[in-house]
Amino acid sequence: MTNSISKVWSLLVSIWQRANRPAKYLSIGFLTLGGFVAGVIFWGGFNTALELTNTEEFCISCHEMRDNVFSELQSTIHYSNRSGVRATCPDCHVPHNWTDKIARKMQASKEVYGKIFGTISTREKFLEQRRRLAGHEWERLSANDSLECRNCHSAESMDITAQGSRAATAHQQFLFTGEKTCIDCHKGIAHELPDMTGVPGWK
Amino acid sequence: MNIKFFISLFLCGALLVGGIALADGVANLRGGKDIGTEPDAPAVGKIEDKDLKRVRNYPEQPPTIPHDIRDYEVTKNANKCLSCHSRSRTGESQAPMVSVTHFMDRDYQVLATISPRRYFCNQCHVPQMDVKPLIENTFVDVDELLEQETSGND
Repeated sequence: MTNSISKVWSLLVSIWQRANRPAKYLSIGFLTLGGFVAGVIFWGGFNTALELTNTEEFCISCHEMRDNVFSELQSTIHYSNRSGVRATCPDCHVPHNWTDKIARKMQASKEVYGKIFGTISTREKFLEQRRRLAGHEWERLSANDSLECRNCHSAESMDITAQGSRAATAHQQFLFTGEKTCIDCHKGIAHELPDMTGVPGWK
Repeated sequence: MNIKFFISLFLCGALLVGGIALADGVANLRGGKDIGTEPDAPAVGKIEDKDLKRVRNYPEQPPTIPHDIRDYEVTKNANKCLSCHSRSRTGESQAPMVSVTHFMDRDYQVLATISPRRYFCNQCHVPQMDVKPLIENTFVDVDELLEQETSGND
């Protein structure tokens, strides 16, 4: 046991000594350019991989998303409407800004855990967890003032004269004054709702 | 001659009459088109979304919904209608409150919340579409009937 620890230790020490020594044969130009090229490849690769996980295709490659939330989305106005403009999963569920996106992606690593251990591998399990999972999204959207909604729906461009009088009054009274944010009233617009007992604004 | 013979004779006759009737072109759901041709689907109407109360045709009529209710969920889990029309929400929403009759159970006992038998709003309340009626409607408003009666008595 102590033998193997000392072996690993000596390996680490030798790696450090190699890394710490000035280059003997490689020119400074090669190292600089090589570092630059490698940086481009790694950074580009990282971002490409990140973008790949940021597509609807990737989301619905798992049956949990395809058979539950995605199939529910398809009848709603965010999937099927007169102009054919539609929202895909990451439009609403992943922030567009880089730092926020990375933060969300790190949170989402928990979802990989969920996938591996089958936390919502059946419809029944999913429905059981639905209140908790929806709650996470409501919390996120109230915390960032419904940022993902506002990526497309800006209050500034909202022509309330083109809205129904109900909507116009509500938006003037609550949205424009900042008293409420989108998600406060518009829950369950893209997916079915969980049991809403105890959620403020529902009964 | 047994009874089975008579029954089968009767059935044969019924089939024959039915066949003749069909051949004569009885109105059907296909709109008179023969089976090989696809009839044009009627245009889908638009939901009337004016937010204006409509006159009820008779006092007990459940009021029709004067706005679009697309994707409004009314299930065991959630009731989107109540998020505006429930008693506690009407202050914010300025929507008409669910009538007190909806708080009554079947013994007319008023409960504290909406009675479960009145929970599923769109069993009775429905939005309206801006379309022509499919068939002529001969409904007469009760006020008109009363007027006719009084003018008849004069």
